[in-house]
Amino acid sequence: MAGNPQLNANGELHHLLTIEGLPRDIIVRILDTAHSFLSLTEREIKKVPLLRGKAVFNLFFEPSTRTRTTFEIAAKRLSADVINLNVGTSSQSKGETLLDTVANLSAMHADMFIVRHAQSGAAHLIARHVAPYIHVINAGDGRHAHPTQGLLDMFTIRHYKQDFTRLRVAIVGDVLHSRVARSQIHALTSLGVPEVRVIGPRTLLPNHVSELGVHVFHDMAKGLKDVDVVIMLRLQNERMNGALLPSAQEFFKYYGLTPEKLASAKADAIVMHPGPMNRGVEIDSSVADGNQSVILPQVTFGIAVRMAVMSILAGSG
Amino acid sequence: MRMPEAESLLSQLADSMRKHVSADTALIGIHTGGVWLAERLHRSLGLKQPLGTIDVSFYRDDYESRGLHARVKPSSIPFEVADADVILVDDVLFTGRTIRAAINELFDYGRPQRIRLAALVDRGGRELPIAPQFLGVEVRVADNEQIELQKSADGRLSLVLTPMPALERK
Amino acid sequence: MKIHIKNGRVVDPQSGVEKVQDVYIAAGKIAAVGVPPSGFHANRVIDANGLVVCPGLVDLSARLREPGFEHKATLESEMAAAVAGGVTSLACPPDTDPPLDEPGLVEMLKYRARGLNQAHVYPLGALTLGLKGERITEMAELVDAGCVGFSQADVPLDDNLVMLRAMQYATTFGYSVWLRPSDGGLSRSGVAHDGQVSTRLGLAPIPVAAETVALSTMLLLARETGARVHLCRLSSAEGVEMMRQAKALGMNVTCDVSANNVHLSELDIGYFDSNYHLVPPLRSLRDRDALRHGVEDGTIDAICSDHTPVDEDAKQLPFGESEAGATGLELLLALTLKWAEESRISLPKAIAKVTTDPARILGIGTVAVAAGANADLCIFDPKLRWKVEPSRLKSQGKNTPFAGYELMGRVLYTLVGGHLVYEA
Repeated sequence: MAGNPQLNANGELHHLLTIEGLPRDIIVRILDTAHSFLSLTEREIKKVPLLRGKAVFNLFFEPSTRTRTTFEIAAKRLSADVINLNVGTSSQSKGETLLDTVANLSAMHADMFIVRHAQSGAAHLIARHVAPYIHVINAGDGRHAHPTQGLLDMFTIRHYKQDFTRLRVAIVGDVLHSRVARSQIHALTSLGVPEVRVIGPRTLLPNHVSELGVHVFHDMAKGLKDVDVVIMLRLQNERMNGALLPSAQEFFKYYGLTPEKLASAKADAIVMHPGPMNRGVEIDSSVADGNQSVILPQVTFGIAVRMAVMSILAGSG
Repeated sequence: MRMPEAESLLSQLADSMRKHVSADTALIGIHTGGVWLAERLHRSLGLKQPLGTIDVSFYRDDYESRGLHARVKPSSIPFEVADADVILVDDVLFTGRTIRAAINELFDYGRPQRIRLAALVDRGGRELPIAPQFLGVEVRVADNEQIELQKSADGRLSLVLTPMPALERK
Repeated sequence: MKIHIKNGRVVDPQSGVEKVQDVYIAAGKIAAVGVPPSGFHANRVIDANGLVVCPGLVDLSARLREPGFEHKATLESEMAAAVAGGVTSLACPPDTDPPLDEPGLVEMLKYRARGLNQAHVYPLGALTLGLKGERITEMAELVDAGCVGFSQADVPLDDNLVMLRAMQYATTFGYSVWLRPSDGGLSRSGVAHDGQVSTRLGLAPIPVAAETVALSTMLLLARETGARVHLCRLSSAEGVEMMRQAKALGMNVTCDVSANNVHLSELDIGYFDSNYHLVPPLRSLRDRDALRHGVEDGTIDAICSDHTPVDEDAKQLPFGESEAGATGLELLLALTLKWAEESRISLPKAIAKVTTDPARILGIGTVAVAAGANADLCIFDPKLRWKVEPSRLKSQGKNTPFAGYELMGRVLYTLVGGHLVYEA
């Protein structure tokens, strides 16, 4: 098996594919760099020239307006040229293979690919086949990883709670299908969070999830007791079709975050959600809009974190 | 070779600036040594405008070859840059590239009325047409040496001569 | 053509003989072993000094990809691969395109294979029409055309009534039914073993229950009908244990395992390497160890290659979208020897697992290095180390999970029907 495919020969970050296996100091450096990019939003010119002349291609095989837009904003704030490709509508559906699409785009002088795909491992496959000077950022692959989301969630937690080594963090909902949850779990454990909990019905938690180093809870009140951070995951409608859940109503009753359930957590606990939210399914509006919610700041932090990732990658040659 | 005494240089520099600053003058220190100097100058000169700090990592011209600096610090300019009377403060002036980057960055905040430069030490070796308006001292050292400003635990500043790591040029 | 194989170490699992002896071949048969027949003049002498002479390998599962999948492989390339691997008899599953559910297709395949004069090809006929699991095929006609048994390949048969009836029909004529235990519902959309690796990598899981649930159904129905059932490609510790119990009860069932599952586990998937996307999936280390013990104690009757050539385009896709399968004909011998060395199994016993034992399951008669037997032989150097380089494989499928491995044991000569069909 080859060495870490994300690092180059000098141990610098060359691709960002997953938080798993990422050295802790690289994670911290990304967070520190993101902090510097935050202050840009207070300026008139919100751009810096770091990626001027570089071409960043958004390769979204799975559609997403939100994530694609934040990457686009982040790239433009670094003065990069951004090309958006919703590949589902273009050559992919005409039968061109994934790798052929990537090869054609590389020939158009791409410097960076931001890839979202419905299949786990797609970003790794692309990273294995691009020219050495091209950097790949995984914007979400199947159920496997969404590293920039995991990083911006860590940035958010650090912003409000400072010290990871004293926290209890709970992740609630459909962990089975969630690439966000997997990335968060890897990041939290790498950063030294002593207790990471997952809460959900048995059908939505992977059989072997405890091997990732988390505590499993099926009772939300017990699971949220004394936690400092509550992360709610999105529940997709398809889950009702696969015999995983009977209804959104029953899910909301037992696993939806309401003020009553939130009361089990610490009084100063923060509430996070990767978005987009299904109000009334995984989270009650009063909590989503309440004073413990940091869901909107997460979005701002997301731009700074993505700027940090892109500038660190593009600088590693 | 013995390095000049930073503390006395600092006093001289402050004295040379005293008649040329006003209530509107704003100091901006360039991380990291320039910030230490700017803090001391700001106090010594009794300036009214709050102190600004700038990190030029995002504007350096050697990003392609050296990548992003390992430790980026946030820039903070807590005053209106448009029409401001700005003095940039740096510890050691060398090629002039850091100052170029700082000027570019400053212009992304707004269009200042004027920018002047104060430096503690000028070691020559300029690669760009940059010159200080306020200077502590000129010093010549070998190409493979660098001059560093250091701050001790009790806040005292001093200048030291160290070997230059390969590829390190400011 | 008369051939004299000199000084080879003859390993004959049938008789248990392991001895340096000469072997004399004439008229397609082994004329004598040890003492030459009187007046024997060899046209060709093979110096087998330091080499092992054993029966040609019998591979219970090798996909030749004809008819229908010629872009993946053709008979020419795969038959060449077989003899390069010392395989002289092979069974091919019916999942061609169209599936082997019609006598005409089987006849054509046998005709094509015979014309190449290499290994003997024993097609397995489709158990149900189109492999769809609804209507049974004309089993008697298919056997007349050359089928040796009936199989669903990797297509699940989830209607138990159809399975029951297919088994009953097969027992009418004494035909064997080959089934891979995999419950359609439980394995649907899964691509990797339900374990720590699939959890970390976010790959849709296939639980062990997918194998054991189907296996228990198949065993119960086999007992019910008295059918002669062969279970294909076990992958789990629980599956092995169930077979052990079934045999202890005296049931007329046999089973095999792929050489891939004997050596590899889920951990080998690494960073989504689709060369490790296999069916059945590579399971945990514990499962792998149980499979190895199962081969050792006889619960598992045979090791096969499960040779499945896949074109590069179909592998160069994200793991879950890639086509499952590994090329394997050329690796079967070396991988069996590797298992034997690691588990301290004697050479005759190891070779039995890929010669006499699968031959018995296939029902193709005695496979031996003995006077009167067919001259289907494999002559290999047990000490020769070689590196698995996909580009140098004869198979059109370069998709091997053992790429870069250094293996020991290389085929130098293969004889089928007394003809030298491969020489390294």
